[in-house]
Amino acid sequence: MAGVLIRGGQVVDPATNRNGRFDVLIADGLIRDIAPTIAANGAAVVDAAGWLVLPGLVDLHAHLRQPGREDKETIETGARAAVRGGFTTVCAMPNTDPAIDTGGVAQYVAQEARRVGLAAVHPIGAITRGRQGKELSDFGELFEAGCVALSDDGNAVAHPLLMRRALEYAKIFNRPLIQHAEDPQLAAGGVMHEGLVSTTLGLRGIPGEAESTMVARDLALAELTGGWVHFAHLSSAQSVELIRQAKRRGVRVTCEVTPHHLALTEQAVGEFETRAKVNPPLRDEADRQALIEGLRDGTIDCIATDHAPHTDWEKEADFDSAPFGISGLETALAVCVQTLVVPGLLAWVHLVEKLSAAPAKIAGVEAGTLRAGAPADVILVDPNATWTVDPQRFASKGRHSPFAGQTLTGAVTQVFKAGAQVA
Amino acid sequence: MATTGALEQGTAAQWTRRHLLGLRELSADDLRLILQTAESFREVSLRPIKKVPALRGKTVVNLFFEPSTRTRTSFELAAKRLSADIVNIAAAGSSLSKGETVLDTVRNLEALKVDLLVIRHAAAGVPHALAKRISASVINAGDGAHEHPTQALLDLFTIQEKKGRIAGLKVSIIGDIAHSRVARSNIWGLTKLGAQVTVCGPPSLLPRHIEQLGVRVVYRLDEAIRDADVLMLLRIQHERQEAVLVPSLREYRLTYGVDQARLAHAKPEVLIMHPGPVNRGVELDSRVADGPYSVILDQVTNGLAVRMAVLYLVAGAPKLDEAEG
Amino acid sequence: MTEPAYHEKAKVLDADGIRRALTRIAHEILEHNKGTAGVALVGIRTRGALLAQRLAQAIEAIDQRPVQVGILDITLYRDDVSRATPQPVVRATEIPFDVTDQDVVLVDDVLFTGRTIRAALNALNDLGRPRTIQLAVLVDRGHRELPIRADYAGKNIPTSRRERVQVRLREVDEAEEVVIEAPAADPAASTPGGR
Repeated sequence: MAGVLIRGGQVVDPATNRNGRFDVLIADGLIRDIAPTIAANGAAVVDAAGWLVLPGLVDLHAHLRQPGREDKETIETGARAAVRGGFTTVCAMPNTDPAIDTGGVAQYVAQEARRVGLAAVHPIGAITRGRQGKELSDFGELFEAGCVALSDDGNAVAHPLLMRRALEYAKIFNRPLIQHAEDPQLAAGGVMHEGLVSTTLGLRGIPGEAESTMVARDLALAELTGGWVHFAHLSSAQSVELIRQAKRRGVRVTCEVTPHHLALTEQAVGEFETRAKVNPPLRDEADRQALIEGLRDGTIDCIATDHAPHTDWEKEADFDSAPFGISGLETALAVCVQTLVVPGLLAWVHLVEKLSAAPAKIAGVEAGTLRAGAPADVILVDPNATWTVDPQRFASKGRHSPFAGQTLTGAVTQVFKAGAQVA
Repeated sequence: MATTGALEQGTAAQWTRRHLLGLRELSADDLRLILQTAESFREVSLRPIKKVPALRGKTVVNLFFEPSTRTRTSFELAAKRLSADIVNIAAAGSSLSKGETVLDTVRNLEALKVDLLVIRHAAAGVPHALAKRISASVINAGDGAHEHPTQALLDLFTIQEKKGRIAGLKVSIIGDIAHSRVARSNIWGLTKLGAQVTVCGPPSLLPRHIEQLGVRVVYRLDEAIRDADVLMLLRIQHERQEAVLVPSLREYRLTYGVDQARLAHAKPEVLIMHPGPVNRGVELDSRVADGPYSVILDQVTNGLAVRMAVLYLVAGAPKLDEAEG
Repeated sequence: MTEPAYHEKAKVLDADGIRRALTRIAHEILEHNKGTAGVALVGIRTRGALLAQRLAQAIEAIDQRPVQVGILDITLYRDDVSRATPQPVVRATEIPFDVTDQDVVLVDDVLFTGRTIRAALNALNDLGRPRTIQLAVLVDRGHRELPIRADYAGKNIPTSRRERVQVRLREVDEAEEVVIEAPAADPAASTPGGR
């Protein structure tokens, strides 16, 4: 038993309530021991003095594009981008071609991920066949094939009765339905937040209410059915407040927010900047503040990247034609550190929880902890290192980021997946 | 000639911009310089030989992704009167508007060694996307609901011509503000030159936070007409009616149509303007459109001088490679 | 491109000198054209236009008959526009009469390379077909680059190419004089300014 000894780092593991200086011993793919001092005994020693030792991060929401749009991303490039960003577990959204709406496609994704091996990739199945919002897909088959949740992400499940039935039926499996909450009629044709910037640029806006009205509806349906609804990528202050109240009533609801919605507003669109075109859109400062507050008070359970890579030529089109999406896996942690930890809005331990233990719990996967005996998904982070975002150096095929050129704090220095160093 | 004096004062400014993408980014001095230059160009169109050699050897491309007769013709004539070579590319409905990306279009035009690109597109921001990536100068001839700078400039020119000033005037813009590039460009131009702007229309056609652009917002037509020196009517788009923005065209005419009865409460010397083409009997009654206060045809005439001025000024700005070299 | 410093080398005309020169040119124009019938003065913006106005007054004082005056802006006919510099400001051409079959006297302040006059001839051509075009200038400083000469010159001044001739008129300059200026230092680095 040789293994690796990570020595002298600051271990921050919310799942085990650990936040202090510990040595961590990795062997046979597992965390063997974690103690104030551990003898090397032949293990390779990594000097982690001055660094943080964190559980591998868990992303509940990424678009890896395979099968169907391998020109935008593959499971391999996506996994490479994930581990570069400190994510050792990624949940892959089903808006592929074909959609992940049968056990076969789900198994293909899981298999391909195992072949690549860098990060654990768990498929998310579609709620409706072909994500068309008309008929429910076969939930049992999807979960049997390894799906950790269901979602039509990219589309909302707009039909209220269909959503009710989905929430009811999913109760069998005790897994969440991830709703992309956006009323398709209220959002129709919109390309950015409906506000001062859209008015100035003459672009069609998507009001925050396109999200919050559907959040309100689905909270009522979750309350009615006792089903579990999880809201993807929250963007509006109203949504946060509705969920806060619903949680107080005991409604079974969880939700996530992206790093870009925490860091940016509609101002990032500037003069038709397509790199800031994302769905849901970047909203105004009051919304951004409400999202941060929701994260602080626990209304928002976790942070998810909504990594949505596209080709350069698509993203370089005019604003109306360019696709929605930000390549986010490789900047997520540092954006959060810069936005939340550096100004003192969120402690490291809470940020780590929102990026590891909390999403792992929602996905129902064994990840996001440094508990002895758990798989050795461990990342080392230099919390004070600053670096400048250069999308041309991304591992992802999506080389578009609204953070390009920005200097961020917090760098992932080493990544171990099941004990093997992958980055 | 009487109006030149007022404009000439305080315009020592020089034009250094490579593109004309919108009025938002222009200063009041920039606007005055364009208007003053247009004033000088107006005389050219009165000569027996309506042509000057100022842009001889320059190539202008009219790239219109949306059908347009008057704006395209106006630019074409303006370019010809400046002795430029002009090529019209009507791309509406062709493969250009669908399959080809903006970038492809740019590369093709670069290969043609174009000096000035006049572009209209249904999507806001297309001229900006081109301007970032092309060495030619880009003139926005209307992009989606964003801006239509030369239309607003000719409106400013016409107001200046008829009223002798712009500062202090009360201008009401009436109609579908939300989808109007003419409204946005005029709001920037008028407010920068000191006019007091009111926008009026049904709330479903007024974009959010429009008041933050420095305009007064009213819903009632009578409020917009009372005290106004200029009424600027916008075209109501028939094709947008499917989007349930107003109940019906008939309802719109009843509530927002400007006819002689509504004008009874207007100032006696009020100017009636419209960017055209007018939906007669909808936003504007025929008798008003053809009436004594209508300056709609003057707008068309002035459009030529304004576009000559814009082509002339932008053509002189340093090109990218030259500026960097 | 920084403007080299210039210093005044000589005053060649004062207010009185300018007045006498214009009066003499007025007489010559009348004599050469045998009166004012068919004569039109067209001044080139900016100082040529002012001189044309003064010449018209001088002619009227002698002949007791008014003479037509117009203003020509030659900006659009210059051969040095659009060369990566901001466009010069265009001002209106104001010629409130038909130049066809008139004896047009072009008026400018300084005749130098002749390029301004070339542009003015082209511009006049686009306005009609004058019977004759004559040229009146306050100062001829030489160094022609085109086959152009003045019919009436207030004063011939030999100059160096590097020097510049400044005509100052009280309407726009708060002075009334013609001076020669020479570059102050490092003559090799300086460029010819003025006309």
